[in-house]
Amino acid sequence: MRRSVSIAGLVLVVTSAVAYANPELLRLQTDDKQWVMPGKDYSATRFSTLNQITKDNVKNLRPAWTFSTGTLRGHEGAPLVVGSTMYVHTSFPNNVFALELNGPDVGRIKWRYLPKQDPSVQAVACCDNVNRGLSYADGKIFLSQLDGYLVALDAATGREVWKVQNADPKVGATMTSAPHVMKDKVIAGVSGGEFGVRGHVTAYDIKTGQEVWRAYSMGPDEDVRLADDFNAANPHFGRQNQGVATWQGDQWKTGGGTTWGWYAFDPSLNLMYYGTGNPSTWNPTQRPGDNKWSMTIFARDVDTGKAKWGYQMTPWDAWDYDGVNEMILADLTIGGKPVKAVVHFDRNGFAYTLDRTNGTLLVAEKFDPDVNWATHIDKQTGRPVEVAAMRTQAGTNSQGVCPAALGSKDQQPAAYSPQTKLFYVPTNHVCMDYEPFEVKYTAGQPYVGATLRMFPGPGGHMGAFIAWDAANGKIVWSNKEQFSAWSGALVTASDVAFYGTLEGYLKAVDAKTGKELWKFKTPSGIIGNPMTYIGPDGKQYVAVLSGVRLGGNRPGGRPRGRYRGARRGRRVQEAGRIHQPGWRVDRVLTPLSDPRARRGRRARPRRARASAAVFWRKRCPSPWPSHSSSP
Amino acid sequence: MSFAMAFALLVAVEVLFAGGAAAQGRTNQFRVCADPNNLPYSNDKLEGFENKLAELIAKELGAFPTYTWWPDRRGFIRNTLRANLCDVVMGVPNGYDQVRWTRPYYRSTYVFVSARNGGFRVRSWDDSALRNARIGVVAATPPADAMIKKGLIQNVVSYRLTIDYTTEYPGEIVDHVAAGKIDVAVIWGPVAGYFAKKQSVSLEVVPVPEIPGLSVPLSYEISMGVRKGDRERQTQLDEVLTRREPEIRKILEDYGVPLVEGPLVRKPDEVKRGVVGERYQ
Repeated sequence: MRRSVSIAGLVLVVTSAVAYANPELLRLQTDDKQWVMPGKDYSATRFSTLNQITKDNVKNLRPAWTFSTGTLRGHEGAPLVVGSTMYVHTSFPNNVFALELNGPDVGRIKWRYLPKQDPSVQAVACCDNVNRGLSYADGKIFLSQLDGYLVALDAATGREVWKVQNADPKVGATMTSAPHVMKDKVIAGVSGGEFGVRGHVTAYDIKTGQEVWRAYSMGPDEDVRLADDFNAANPHFGRQNQGVATWQGDQWKTGGGTTWGWYAFDPSLNLMYYGTGNPSTWNPTQRPGDNKWSMTIFARDVDTGKAKWGYQMTPWDAWDYDGVNEMILADLTIGGKPVKAVVHFDRNGFAYTLDRTNGTLLVAEKFDPDVNWATHIDKQTGRPVEVAAMRTQAGTNSQGVCPAALGSKDQQPAAYSPQTKLFYVPTNHVCMDYEPFEVKYTAGQPYVGATLRMFPGPGGHMGAFIAWDAANGKIVWSNKEQFSAWSGALVTASDVAFYGTLEGYLKAVDAKTGKELWKFKTPSGIIGNPMTYIGPDGKQYVAVLSGVRLGGNRPGGRPRGRYRGARRGRRVQEAGRIHQPGWRVDRVLTPLSDPRARRGRRARPRRARASAAVFWRKRCPSPWPSHSSSP
Repeated sequence: MSFAMAFALLVAVEVLFAGGAAAQGRTNQFRVCADPNNLPYSNDKLEGFENKLAELIAKELGAFPTYTWWPDRRGFIRNTLRANLCDVVMGVPNGYDQVRWTRPYYRSTYVFVSARNGGFRVRSWDDSALRNARIGVVAATPPADAMIKKGLIQNVVSYRLTIDYTTEYPGEIVDHVAAGKIDVAVIWGPVAGYFAKKQSVSLEVVPVPEIPGLSVPLSYEISMGVRKGDRERQTQLDEVLTRREPEIRKILEDYGVPLVEGPLVRKPDEVKRGVVGERYQ
């Protein structure tokens, strides 16, 4: 279906969609010409049936046009494409741009939304002021701002439709994750576990912004919103009152378990799936107990928020292995039986395959063989069998713990191809020494924090891009990466998988074998997620955000000590600076499948900055048309 | 451009020609990064003891203090000292690995704060009054470890470590002792000493004893911090801190900072492998 390309046409979509948000999204998520939600579809597969770009012609991919977002910092997430408009988000201050995809004006800014946020919220945010993107439904674009506001914008005009406060930066809570629309609700999570924020997910009515329900990660059962039959199929995972009983005193009130990951939704079960983050405070000695329901995969009824089941992966976390990573829904065959599965690659280094109807644990295996904090997951109890020497504890410096706190994989979402039945997973391969009782100091008070010192895992590399068989818990192939693979993955029906690297390469590999088919150097590191769509010209495009702030707390980020190898990455970042202070070229890259089609188009720079042009001559041997916009 | 504006708002650099510094022949800047709103340490009206110390030390160096204001929270050192917006931060623990630390200029301790006329005048960890007390503790601080060790965690009322200073302030926990909302607070000495003085009811501030076998100490030496590698400035400051010890002590006592006696010795530099990580979400 070719979407109407004019503004008027878009308005038409808006008006016709108003009363049918659920059918609309059900339809749009399967329309691979567009990309309307963060994970591509409700199952968050990041799989597209598009097949114009093939193993044979991917080598011809060329940049079609680029767009500078005009903000610094890391750019996570992916743009959306709805109709003939691309919606691009930025890091703080979370600007949103609607870009024209049609005609000679490709890349023209249709509208922009420049939220005014108190800059002091940047001090509250944990790990670079990222934003993981937007969602679309009902003619609206949904944005989570760092300052805790959830905003609905008119997709046609950028006008604010409603705005609600979901998180309060005054108590350390911020928002970095993408909002997720399920049926007629937009679900928002919260960041800020390190400040003792009690994590929650909240559903808002997409039309009004009215809160429908809120469910906390710990506390009394009514706060956690447990269904009466919660964990009925797996009572050993814990049932009632665990959100208080597995904590000491009133510690659950500041218990963490924030919810800043990627969610999935199964319309037939009416269940949404997401993970909760690490317990707070960070120091395990100060919070003995399982600390439920931190580090938990939850399945909730999307209408009531009631939890059908919950499975805690890392009880009494001592490593900061947040459980927030993406949930991917896939129908697998395990032991000869068809299973409706949810697959999750956790920071703790284990890949979990569960029956998504009731939470039963089916497969839990290491997706990095060097994971050493636990030997395995006991299938009977569902608990990890820990290696005592690797548990961080009072008076002990735990040496060589793998993975490091950033996990065998962080938020960068994997992709699943129903054709190959494989998951494509960008991973980290970084270990750490952990001194949990170093005294830190903030706002004039000492506190007990941890110093962790990270270094490449065995083999000397820091990441990999792997193909994973979730039915059997096995790595099928693995490509080593020098640095952590901190970009999301994309896989298409032509069995081509895409991902980005911290050095700035966008890579395409053969989904069956892992063989590298193509790579392209972008001006900064890639921590965004590649996506694909069909342009109004009928051609398949791939787009990705490039832009990473090095020197923060990304792996390979601060070139110091044994991370010196990352200096190359830093040069890239510096090269990206143009002459205005505090300005760096971060851009969406949109390569084309077919060079002939490119010749037929007139994607030319509209207002290329002289300084940017200097940059391209110096740093990029094959300059491509570049848009520049300053908000 | 909004980012630049935001930056300008956040980093208001204030140059102060205090007390006719120029007239006294003080021409160099003593560049300090400090929190604009965090008494008793510092504020942008120069009312904190770290402001007084900065003036004292600047004078000693023939300089005048200039301030870059930044909230002392996550990223404070990264955005100020390491971003070269200043050369000195006035208070960090001795051995704090984000900076190069000077010799310590005071040692303080966690304290019990209780009402003088109440039934909870606690002096030791084994005081039976603690068993029945509502005990205010700032989450993640060392007394939380003590509470676990002493089996008192069920009595704890948690306060947050990082708060919004525009609407809250670290003295709130002391106010709550005075108002009877909690019976005892176990908090960091400089905060306790300063805010206890401001209450209408008389409060008692008693240093906590160290607990043998506890994984963390309950008293800390506080140094100044300079950029890593800025050895010259560190030795210069060490010299001034030694020379002006009596005046420094006087300032601290004026602000009610509970001081622990003992030699003040700079911890040696450490070399460790790997990249130092910050905390992740």
